[in-house]
Amino acid sequence: MLRLLAIGLVAGVFSALFGVGGGIIIVPLLVAVGGLGGRRATGTSLAAISITAAAGAVAYGFHGDLKVGSAALIGLPAALGAVAGVTLQQRLQTRTLTIGFSLLLTAVGIRLLI
Amino acid sequence: MEILAALLGLLGGLLAGLFGVGGGILFVPTLVLVLGLSQVHAEATSLLAILPAVIAGAWRQQRYGNVDWRAAVLVGLGSIAGVEGGVELAKALPEGVLRRLFAAFMLVVAASLAWRAFRTKPSYSSRGDSA
Repeated sequence: MLRLLAIGLVAGVFSALFGVGGGIIIVPLLVAVGGLGGRRATGTSLAAISITAAAGAVAYGFHGDLKVGSAALIGLPAALGAVAGVTLQQRLQTRTLTIGFSLLLTAVGIRLLI
Repeated sequence: MEILAALLGLLGGLLAGLFGVGGGILFVPTLVLVLGLSQVHAEATSLLAILPAVIAGAWRQQRYGNVDWRAAVLVGLGSIAGVEGGVELAKALPEGVLRRLFAAFMLVVAASLAWRAFRTKPSYSSRGDSA
């Protein structure tokens, strides 16, 4: 129980600092420390992030940093995408996709640096 | 630009569903590079945009029996304590520093995903797949 709370604590800092859900930290920690299987870790991560992201949005909201229209513009299509992604995950070998995703992040990361 | 942002939202959600990650890490650069938000505003807004995606994703995973709710609630509760620290840190850092830190974070995530893909033969999310 303490392990799970500690995973959350670490993920919460990263989540709010970078505006991300923290799944990249939660998923491997749930596998390594929490003893969950891979797919169960991703499902559990999504559920945990709904609490993390809500807390982060509220905290930033108090500072007046939220752009609700932009959030809806991205978040509502993302909900459709997430449903499709979960459905695909049950059927696909994700190795090739993972490498593609990694390359995409590298390209965007470099674009943000320059 | 709005259509491009919505399409990137769809893509981010798809990746979130596939990997259990990947919503926000694409939402933030979309908000900065496509919609022109500041880094802090983009990060705040990304967290709000993540909500519908993870709720929809968790709902679907629940139907496949892939959610350990006790673990999810404990991780979620633990995160609330960390969130406030993260917000204060993000607000305290200069815009350019926060943006470069975020870019570095993206590269680390990219490397860890590549590591994950190359280390395990069938990727971890396919482990135990009977299909």
